[in-house]
Amino acid sequence: MYPRAFHYHRAGSLQEASAILSEFGDEAKLLAGGQSLIPLMKLRYANPNHLVDLNFISGTSYIIKEENGTLRFGALTRHAEIEHSTVAAKIPIIHDCAAGIADVQVRNRGTIGGSLAEADPSGDWATVLMTLETEVRCQKSKGDRWVRLADFIKDAYTTALARDELVSEVVVKIPPQGSGGAYLAFKRSAPVYPTASAAVQLTMDGEVCKDVAIALGCVGLTAIKAKDTEKALRGQQVTQKTMATAVEAARAVAEPQSDMRGSADYKRTLVGSLVKRAIDIAVRRARGERIEAGHIYA
Amino acid sequence: MPDVIEKVAIKLTVNGKPHSLTVEPRMLLVELIREALDLTGTHVGCDTTYCGACTVLMNGAAVKSCTVFAVQADGSQITTVEGLEKDGQLHPIQKAFGDAYGLQCGYCTPGLMLSTAQLLSQNKQPSEKEMRKAIAGNTCRCTGYQNILKAIQMAAQSMKGA
Repeated sequence: MYPRAFHYHRAGSLQEASAILSEFGDEAKLLAGGQSLIPLMKLRYANPNHLVDLNFISGTSYIIKEENGTLRFGALTRHAEIEHSTVAAKIPIIHDCAAGIADVQVRNRGTIGGSLAEADPSGDWATVLMTLETEVRCQKSKGDRWVRLADFIKDAYTTALARDELVSEVVVKIPPQGSGGAYLAFKRSAPVYPTASAAVQLTMDGEVCKDVAIALGCVGLTAIKAKDTEKALRGQQVTQKTMATAVEAARAVAEPQSDMRGSADYKRTLVGSLVKRAIDIAVRRARGERIEAGHIYA
Repeated sequence: MPDVIEKVAIKLTVNGKPHSLTVEPRMLLVELIREALDLTGTHVGCDTTYCGACTVLMNGAAVKSCTVFAVQADGSQITTVEGLEKDGQLHPIQKAFGDAYGLQCGYCTPGLMLSTAQLLSQNKQPSEKEMRKAIAGNTCRCTGYQNILKAIQMAAQSMKGA
């Protein structure tokens, strides 16, 4: 299958890429890892007249731990680099996500910046990063600005990026000591998007859950922050009773649609179970247990 | 639809051999390999980034060559299944897939062998779980995966000293 013919631009810098975007407007698309865009172009759902290749820009792929307790990810950092990074492993929920996105081949190409900029409702990164303090750096040909992830993702396939802006960096605050997180995503097989997913990051103070952030993936037009689920746990001991209330609240806030991955009812039930298991793993990880988590598939 | 599309000159090394070509930007890496270089061991299966039949190594990393444009491979080292054997001798991975009956129709086999090559280049003694994860992006529709796993294990054994 061939995409429609297009003009190819190899950007030498992110600023240059932005300048090409402002020149060609809606006729141009950025090519990062290409693992969503290229299939869409082959199926002719996306038909850009101009393709701007970011892959030859140096210095756009890195994971750096800063003194101020943040991790900085270059926009073109591949999922596989994050999967194998000992620096990124400092935030286990990030490793859970990176190590299970699609399959080895896709993780070798796909990028964190591309995933956020595409804003696919089933993408993994937005769901996970929603539970951490995450900011997205939006670059123009002249200057840049920082946008909180919650404000960056506007709707399905829609972000706060202006026509001539692109994601240059993603910065995540490292959770404090005593914090634990887990990301669980259920999918039918490795290469596909999950049917539903749940991300939980919580901080324990003894038996009490001091603070918690929970996001649900694939069950709405964007990742959903499960605020009532968080409320059911915050300041409480994690008991069977608080857990039941939390899970019920997660099911209630989900807005799944029936599709080839399952019926809306099925996804609502599934996301509840994933939240329950993710809370359990997050609590145990907060206590220092080493537990594997991530994508679940047959 | 643009009127005149400029072709792009690229240089890449495939199985150790340098090539200079001029390609249409929309040409996929798999088409370059199969059509321009006539290396038909790399297969096209689903053509939608699912099945992994088109897997090749790009600078040592397994990629689905139906989901990479040829222009993106400019300056890269590509290894296809034809590049596995050396001096007429099958690569230990190829030998193991034969000896362990890790194939029936063979359509998925080149892709599986290159995913195996990436795995064993990073992990000399993979566990069964690691092997399963490494080939999760390669779909086989005839044998089931038991013999493929045996083949990977056999290849790991015979490459231990290498």
